[in-house]
Amino acid sequence: MSLETPALIQEARRQLEICNACRYCEGFCAVFPAMMRNKMFADGDISHMANLCHNCRGCYYSCQYAPPHEFQLNLPAALAEVRQDSWESHVWPQGIGRLFHNHGVAIMALIVLATTALMWVALNLRPAEGDGFYAYIGHNVMVAIFAPAFLLPLLALFVGLRRYWRDTGGRRATVSDLRGAFWSVAKMRNLSGGHGEGCNFEKEDRYSNARRWAHQAVLVGFLLCFAATSVASIMHTFGMPAPYPLFSPPKLLGIPGGILLVLGTIEMARLKLKADPTLGARRVWGGEMAFVVLLGLTGATGLILYAATGTAAVAWLLPLHLGTVLTLFLLLPFSKMVHGFFRLAALIIEEQKKKFMREVVTAD
Amino acid sequence: MAKGQGAPAAARSATEWDVVIAGGGNAALCAAITAAEAGCKVIILEGAPKPYRGGNSRHTRNFRCMHEGPLSVLTDAYLEDEYFNDLLLVTKGKTDERLARMVIRSSQECLPWMQAHGVHFQPSLSGTLSLSRTNAFFLGGGKALVNAYYNAAEDLGVTVVYEAQVRHVHLQGDRFTHMEVSVAGGPVERIAGRAAVLASGGFQSDIEWLTRAWGPAAANFLIRGTPYNRGVVLKDMIDQGCDTVGDPTQCHAVAIDGRAPKYDGGICTRLDCVPFSVVVNRDGDRFYNEGEDTWPKRYAIWGRLVAAQPEQVGYAIIDAKSIDLFMPSVFPAIKADSIEELGRQLGLDGGKLARTVADFNAAARPGRFHPTELDGLATEGLDPPKTNWARPIDTPPFYGYQLRPGVTFTYLGLKVSDTAQVQTQAGPLRNVWAAGEMMAGSILGQGYLAGFGMTIGTVFGRIAGREAAAHVA
Repeated sequence: MSLETPALIQEARRQLEICNACRYCEGFCAVFPAMMRNKMFADGDISHMANLCHNCRGCYYSCQYAPPHEFQLNLPAALAEVRQDSWESHVWPQGIGRLFHNHGVAIMALIVLATTALMWVALNLRPAEGDGFYAYIGHNVMVAIFAPAFLLPLLALFVGLRRYWRDTGGRRATVSDLRGAFWSVAKMRNLSGGHGEGCNFEKEDRYSNARRWAHQAVLVGFLLCFAATSVASIMHTFGMPAPYPLFSPPKLLGIPGGILLVLGTIEMARLKLKADPTLGARRVWGGEMAFVVLLGLTGATGLILYAATGTAAVAWLLPLHLGTVLTLFLLLPFSKMVHGFFRLAALIIEEQKKKFMREVVTAD
Repeated sequence: MAKGQGAPAAARSATEWDVVIAGGGNAALCAAITAAEAGCKVIILEGAPKPYRGGNSRHTRNFRCMHEGPLSVLTDAYLEDEYFNDLLLVTKGKTDERLARMVIRSSQECLPWMQAHGVHFQPSLSGTLSLSRTNAFFLGGGKALVNAYYNAAEDLGVTVVYEAQVRHVHLQGDRFTHMEVSVAGGPVERIAGRAAVLASGGFQSDIEWLTRAWGPAAANFLIRGTPYNRGVVLKDMIDQGCDTVGDPTQCHAVAIDGRAPKYDGGICTRLDCVPFSVVVNRDGDRFYNEGEDTWPKRYAIWGRLVAAQPEQVGYAIIDAKSIDLFMPSVFPAIKADSIEELGRQLGLDGGKLARTVADFNAAARPGRFHPTELDGLATEGLDPPKTNWARPIDTPPFYGYQLRPGVTFTYLGLKVSDTAQVQTQAGPLRNVWAAGEMMAGSILGQGYLAGFGMTIGTVFGRIAGREAAAHVA
């Protein structure tokens, strides 16, 4: 819990209690059916709904009680604040999370720092032999840097997520819970507006699927890139070291992944610039934007690095690309990246709660 | 800046509009879209600022629709005679059968038209399952519908002016020439046009008019909808000799949470606890059978009942057994461990309230309690009786809600022909049409039928737009 947590939860509770007496928005997304299960909301219920909310803003633009109405309903913002706080207060250490969520400039600084460090490595620890980019930084050095930079943040994230899971009433996940949750993610169901025409992000009260598509481009792009890296490390272990030709699994996954990541993040940034910042968690706008830029840079530098294969530019492109990847890994629990894990957890828990409700109703 | 808002006053006044529309709710928008699609140059004069645009339509939720078979989200069939019968039941015959049947028949073709203009429907979910056959619910409610229509109108090139208070509809003989309008409190401008559509609602937000019509008690009424329906255009037309319909003294009122805002509290201020309550007045006395019928059938009479009590206030008292049997309230109930204490917290004589509840409890009889059907669990030897759900109020904590009358709309309106043309003693006005709440009194002379206001507005809005366009063609 942070110092602000009680006030943020209380404001969300005030708004949800008004929503629960109206319920006109029940068809937009998963938040409202979850809300309608209760008359009173425990703190965990509110965190759960906050993480179910995808900030589609349909409820805001449809709300008869939105400002200037005296009820001052702005549920997307209230839930965004609680959501943001839930990540920061569940993931240890809180101070690091706050720093990078709040300050885009800190993310940018970390990119510069990581790149500089890797440049130093490339200049001073250059191996005697090696092919492709291993000619600049040896495989063992890379593993020595990236294994802890990936695993330690992952551990922090795991611990935080487990606490969140308990606080919001998660139980052991079944195959059908996972199926329901992953289906929601695959379709970005909660950004569909309930009618399929999308959300109210960048065009005010007009619906648009632009953010839904952009998000999936980023998501799929990221997963392809991650898969490319994973496949490459497996291939390396089995005696097939980089560099890889165009028609090899790492490249066939990585190139489309990088392109999707770049295009998706450009669109995400464009939409974010057009959207009303007062319908989200305002204080993290910069951190969120910097995170989008980081993702885009990761994809772009990877593609450029590949294009520059065999040229002298690899000497500085490699540290730059690895610097962005390193930053991304390090910030896994301390940036907007956490939203994916918490939201997936919320979607799984929501499947469980729906099922539990059905059991109660059937038993009645 | 929204299209139209940018048009300077000089350009607005210099333009000869095809259709000038007073009002910016559902009926006005249906008229504007229909006329614009027929090629007309249309201007909407909406009295409210943009965030409050749409009149009472932004508080609505559904559309009552005739259908011969499953249609969109509507199940089964709902035919003309059944629909008309439902209307007869609530209006007790105060309806114009020809107009009513025309509206009912037209509703079927309206639903696909609404969808084609951006309205999304959803299957009726919690709490409204009983209406899944008769009423199509708007996804996101009435404001989402209003937004969709404003966007459709904007795409068709309709000019919208917000904060445009129409002061006078100028007639020359039996023809409309221009409206006199003050925009955002500015000087009066003339907006001239070849046809006029009047769709600016009733007069329920003009408390002074309401007190003249109903009596001084109306000063204590809460207005559930927009504060902008002040009946200025309605009064102006009546003053110019237009025929009226509907009882000029009556309004539709329900009992809502007494802590609701004076205006615009909308749907969430409703309270569904009465059937499980003992309801007393300021003096701690019961005054009506709280369990007369199921709540959807009695919801609408309680506004009137509370309005007849001293200071127009009532208090619903329930106990822990019943707190979860109804929709959540927007404000939490007042809570206490004894009836005396609850009475004091509600500003009543606690001892008196305790005696009233004790008398009620003594008159309660054992039996099967069933919250969702008429269970016949009645009091014995109590006046007035409670004829269903009469369980003793005996399990702490006890809860109380203050009730006040919440006005939904007024019945007085302009008389129109079946082509929505406004009538005077000397015959119809040649180029003036009316739609929506402004003429609904012809069809809904008394009571209320869920989702029917939007049906009247949609059907007559489209007719008004079509007729106005045909006139200027």
